[in-house]
Amino acid sequence: MKDSIFTVISNINLTELVLEMRLRGDTSAITNPGQFVNLKLPEFYLRRPISVADVTGDVLTIAYKVVGKGTASMAEIAAGTRLDILTGLGNGYDLTKAGEKPLLIGGGVGVPPLLWLAKKLREQEIPVDVVLGFNTASEVFYQECFEALGCRVEVTTADGSLGTKGFVTDAALFSEAHSYFYTCGPLPMLRAVYNGTDIDGEFSFEERMGCGFGACMGCSQKVRGGSKRICKDGPVLRKEEILWEN
Amino acid sequence: MQNDRLSVDLCGIRLDNPVIPASGTFGYGAEFAELYDINILGTFSFKGTTLEPRYGNPVPRIAECTAGMINAVGLQNPGVHHVISEELPRMKEYFHKPVMANVSGFSVEEYRETVSLLSEEEQVGWIELNISCPNVHGGGMSFGTDPKAAAEVVAAVKAVSKKSVIVKLTPNVTDIVSIAKACEAAGADGISLINTLLGMRIDLRTQKPVIRNVMGGFSGPAVFPVALRMVWQVSHAVSVPVVGMGGVSSAEDVLEMMMAGARAVEIGSANLVDPFACKKIIEALPETMDRFGIRTLRELVVSQPREC
Repeated sequence: MKDSIFTVISNINLTELVLEMRLRGDTSAITNPGQFVNLKLPEFYLRRPISVADVTGDVLTIAYKVVGKGTASMAEIAAGTRLDILTGLGNGYDLTKAGEKPLLIGGGVGVPPLLWLAKKLREQEIPVDVVLGFNTASEVFYQECFEALGCRVEVTTADGSLGTKGFVTDAALFSEAHSYFYTCGPLPMLRAVYNGTDIDGEFSFEERMGCGFGACMGCSQKVRGGSKRICKDGPVLRKEEILWEN
Repeated sequence: MQNDRLSVDLCGIRLDNPVIPASGTFGYGAEFAELYDINILGTFSFKGTTLEPRYGNPVPRIAECTAGMINAVGLQNPGVHHVISEELPRMKEYFHKPVMANVSGFSVEEYRETVSLLSEEEQVGWIELNISCPNVHGGGMSFGTDPKAAAEVVAAVKAVSKKSVIVKLTPNVTDIVSIAKACEAAGADGISLINTLLGMRIDLRTQKPVIRNVMGGFSGPAVFPVALRMVWQVSHAVSVPVVGMGGVSSAEDVLEMMMAGARAVEIGSANLVDPFACKKIIEALPETMDRFGIRTLRELVVSQPREC
């Protein structure tokens, strides 16, 4: 974990409510796809935890959805603004588990952390299949980024306005044989993935956090054999440790 | 010597400075020890410990407010036996000063047993008796809202404790002074205050409370004036040392708390938004004291008014 100042390079809409912010700063503490950063916004007391969508040199990319006042204020941040950010938070995905052909499953604003994961896996020349689930065509983002990395991509939309109609578990790719899966998205989607496949994999969870680095026990989740702090011991949990209760 | 300017005495133990991370915002110190040498702290109060392990409340446990936050963690902790066998030996590797052991309970007997175990530990310098947790039904706060019940648990704990007992009070009472006096009369070696103020938030979209437990403890800079007022009232009414806390976020706040009568100052929520908060405050103290013509914190303690 590191606390440092980043400078905003750009902050643009990917869809009506999802924005991508690129920032320059010390990215050295960010080691693993699936980790997150915690941004201090001037007018708000608690930081905003946002997953990492890419790190290239000293440029950090995050993508976030406007859901409340905090993220609405983030959407107004102009290039050149300096932000206090805690970086290198959380465990991230275990890339050594990928096997011969992993499947990445992202839903909505759960898609961004999978982009950096896909990039890292493709750097190792591992074939990567990707299922991206959205509500409707206008909410789809990052499809072309995964395709540019050489991933096979299938998009699903709940209303059928783009790609396969239905949820991520309705995708043809979801039923194909894979070595392992990595997923991030809303809780109902995570559950559906958990119940919909026999293969092993990892899930990235989201929870309201206090500190984001393991001090306050604000984001605990029960797991087999005890409990984990989503911010410090997660946000990525292995399939075998998940209990669907809290 | 800078240390001499900042040092204070807390129940017979010298603190290099009065800055103490508050229980529940600092874990067992490990996350912060990764960032800086936490031996610069006066001490710290570790995560509230109960006799049995507790998972705590369902999530969401956290809500944000203007200049503050609400938590309803619910005393999640691994239980006193695990703390003694695992956490304290691990802590020894990165923290070499006496530590404050924060204890909670659900009955006088449970408090007594937990304190009796922890006070045997060499690393423990003080017991901070939490009779003020707002997040657990029947968990401590019921002791802290009634002078008789408070006195009963303090007396029981004092009978077994080998270490000084500092009683942590809740602000969610009509008359905090009467509780503080009852604790002092029952043998408390010190008083710390304030725990969090009971509060809540409602999510406009769902029209339901943000916190799953509905209510939680409100803390952060917004509560500082309330905390300061209560520290003033209590330190004018008792003769044992008072540890002030509640929204402290800067060296100026520390001085203000001490001018209100606090011997030492705990810092809570500030650690969660800035993990370096206590380090920055300790480093800022000498120059802040210079600005206000304060040579040593001890002279501030001596000059504290004792009458209203």
